[in-house]
Amino acid sequence: MQFTAMILSNAEVSPGYWRMRMTAPPEFASAAPGQFVMVRVNGAIDPLLRRPFGVFDVGTHTPAHSGAVAQPYLEMLYRVVGKGTAMLSELHETDLLDVLGPLGKGFDMGDPDEEKLIVGGGVGLAPLYLLARELVKKSPVRLFAGGRTRDDILCITEFERLGVECYTATEDGSLGECGLVTEALLRRLDALQGRATIYACGPHGMLNAVAGIAADRGIPCQVSLEGYMACGVGACLGCVAPGHRHSAETPDFRCVCTEGPVFESGELKWRD
Amino acid sequence: MKPDMTVNLAGMLLRNPVMTASGTFGYGEEFAEYVDLESIGAFVTKGLSLKPRAGNPTPRIVETPGGMLNAIGLQNVGIDAFILKKVPFLRSVNTPAIANFFGNTVDEYAELAGRLDQIPEVAALEVNISCPNVKQGGIVFGTDPDCAASVVSACRAVTRKPLIVKLSPNVTDVVAMARACEDAGADCLSLINTLTGMAIDLNSRRPVLANITGGFSGPAIKPVALRMVWQVAKAVKVPIIGIGGIMNATDALEFMLAGASAVQVGTASFINPGAAQKIAADMEAWLVENGVDDVKSLIGALET
Repeated sequence: MQFTAMILSNAEVSPGYWRMRMTAPPEFASAAPGQFVMVRVNGAIDPLLRRPFGVFDVGTHTPAHSGAVAQPYLEMLYRVVGKGTAMLSELHETDLLDVLGPLGKGFDMGDPDEEKLIVGGGVGLAPLYLLARELVKKSPVRLFAGGRTRDDILCITEFERLGVECYTATEDGSLGECGLVTEALLRRLDALQGRATIYACGPHGMLNAVAGIAADRGIPCQVSLEGYMACGVGACLGCVAPGHRHSAETPDFRCVCTEGPVFESGELKWRD
Repeated sequence: MKPDMTVNLAGMLLRNPVMTASGTFGYGEEFAEYVDLESIGAFVTKGLSLKPRAGNPTPRIVETPGGMLNAIGLQNVGIDAFILKKVPFLRSVNTPAIANFFGNTVDEYAELAGRLDQIPEVAALEVNISCPNVKQGGIVFGTDPDCAASVVSACRAVTRKPLIVKLSPNVTDVVAMARACEDAGADCLSLINTLTGMAIDLNSRRPVLANITGGFSGPAIKPVALRMVWQVAKAVKVPIIGIGGIMNATDALEFMLAGASAVQVGTASFINPGAAQKIAADMEAWLVENGVDDVKSLIGALET
């Protein structure tokens, strides 16, 4: 669905990372965790293309003044990486945005009896909050958040408020453990009684490590990918990722925007 | 009074001159949620080959000011899967569907044209000649008039459907290419395909696209496209479909003044999946505002 959203708030939550809330059509309340939106930053031709962002949260905004109608909203968490996101960060309350979504295939909620282990790196946490919000309704949930420095560990308080047990690790040791967050994940897996499912979103190196751990231990794992995409609806074929059978002789590409962005990690090709 | 928006394109009567460009509109179905397919003149499928093609490694696309580069590598389902999985949808839409196709040899082009000719749901054929000829050291068919003519005559021999030839702008003399294709039996010429370009990442000192070079499209290429349409329109008798950076009705109408009988909307559909429908509606509104009762009266009406 294509709609005009009005920005309700846009704030820097950590150096370089922003959280934006905007109005959304009522249908957005049923957006699946892991789905994304394509946002047009402005009506000009530079930047030309929409930018994809994971849906961080959805809800209903109740305006402060009495008598106003409650308004469904969506939130996104984004990192300023280039011209488009820099322009986005300069927008204010009441500014309008052209949005397409919710798009793509979201996370599978899995079996309620299993423990849910969520692994996120930096802005990769964006689609994982809505996921955690849904998962905590039925299962115990643990979050493993990693980053280069403390600035890359985002919105942990929000996850804790959901009742999620949070583990953090930074490469420079400025917050939580010093090192990679996959170390904490491995320890939890060692202590695990019963079954679990892993959900991950973040830099490709982190996803590669998490997919390897899941494969070694025979644990189901879903990953959410990013891709350079022009359209978000399966037409440009810019955002494909190699599937598990992919080779130069027998290519096997999956479209991130329509077949994903969430994939079973075993469906994809990873580095050995 | 409602203006006449219909145009006749090599025997096809289109409800309006706005089509969608190959490679930017999937096989039609992908956009059904966003576009009333029966509000546009025609749509063109993703380029088809004999065998399925997986395409290039990623990154395949990158944005540049006012445009984008793509090196998808002609990923497509292949003619067999097209017939099995995509044609049934075409049957359900009352709008001409044009099949775009390409080959690596003249024989492959002819075989595809022959097979597409047999599909009743395919209203017309659009030949992509911007592919390397594997039998002649990889020279791009669309950059050599003789090479292009041999493709067009081979296709012409096996189909009676309207045959559209999509011209590459990556040539010294587009008029020579256009004349060669017209003489070889093309019913219609569409131009321009993407311009070859590249983008470099200074920090990594590497090209941005895995394929190094890619096809440049978007509003930045419009002036080049307009010039080529204008040059070709003066030189040939067959109708022309103008393509290149069309983002709105103004752009589309400018192409018609330059000599195009219809237009294709490409990159704009990525940004607004409903772009073609809106452009068609806005063109009609412009005609009403300006007291033009027939869109055909604008074709080649440029005053110089």
